[in-house]
Amino acid sequence: MPAIQSPGTEEIHPDVALVARAKDGDTAAFEQLVRQYERQIFRVALHITQNREDAEDITQDAFLKAYEKLDQFQGNSKFSTWLVRIAVNESLMRLRKRKTSKTVSMDEDVQTEEGSIPRDFAEWRPNPEQLYNQSEMGDILRKTIQGLPPGFRTVFTLRDIENLSTEETAEALGLSVPAVKSRLLRARLQLRERLSRYFRQKKEGQSA
Amino acid sequence: MNCTDLLSQLGDYLDGQLSEELRAEVRSHTAGCEHCRVVLNTTHQTIEIYKGQELYEVSPELRERLHNAIMAKCLKK
Repeated sequence: MPAIQSPGTEEIHPDVALVARAKDGDTAAFEQLVRQYERQIFRVALHITQNREDAEDITQDAFLKAYEKLDQFQGNSKFSTWLVRIAVNESLMRLRKRKTSKTVSMDEDVQTEEGSIPRDFAEWRPNPEQLYNQSEMGDILRKTIQGLPPGFRTVFTLRDIENLSTEETAEALGLSVPAVKSRLLRARLQLRERLSRYFRQKKEGQSA
Repeated sequence: MNCTDLLSQLGDYLDGQLSEELRAEVRSHTAGCEHCRVVLNTTHQTIEIYKGQELYEVSPELRERLHNAIMAKCLKK
């Protein structure tokens, strides 16, 4: 295997060129970045805040912040991860403002083991998709994820819904990789437990 | 591998990040432990079911409004 990679073989993310042009004042390049990520940023903000109005505001503010701080973006991470990080911070701040009596951070609600220890040991049968139609399923999944503490909801959203890698999720949340893994597992187990109430195999004689 | 060990490896197992050796240990444990088999299967299903659903649809109208608002804010600066 050659020790030195020949130029051009390393894959450069297409955002790199767009960001460089945007830094030089090319607003069309920035607008293209906005188009690429506006939906994702909105979804992330909505998942965390559970409020459409807040999510719209956060999306606007996150892009404005990114635009103003473009010079500070070093390119050590992907532009999208940097953007998600801004949006997550804005979203958590918004939650904190809303719940003045209760602090919201990535840490406070993840201390408890509650719900992370499996208690339901029934298979899901028949397949959940056969039990509920598309719209009922959407309601169940939304309701279930809303019940998670914000710290868990955020990790699960980035990793399992938006498909960020573990490393990208860690970067976006300012957490270590092991911290992300541990929270993600607990989030997944809590969701599993809650979904089991809907999907578990009914015992004989039990009504659906 | 006991049930506690399995639970601690579950995340990496589901993400395909376990060594073949550990994967074999997981398989051999779940072959004999129904509870762990159910937990593994249903946690896998949990992830799959969320992956396949767009929980929050962004309508073209919303996207348009959002996009215009973002650009107006940024270009005003």
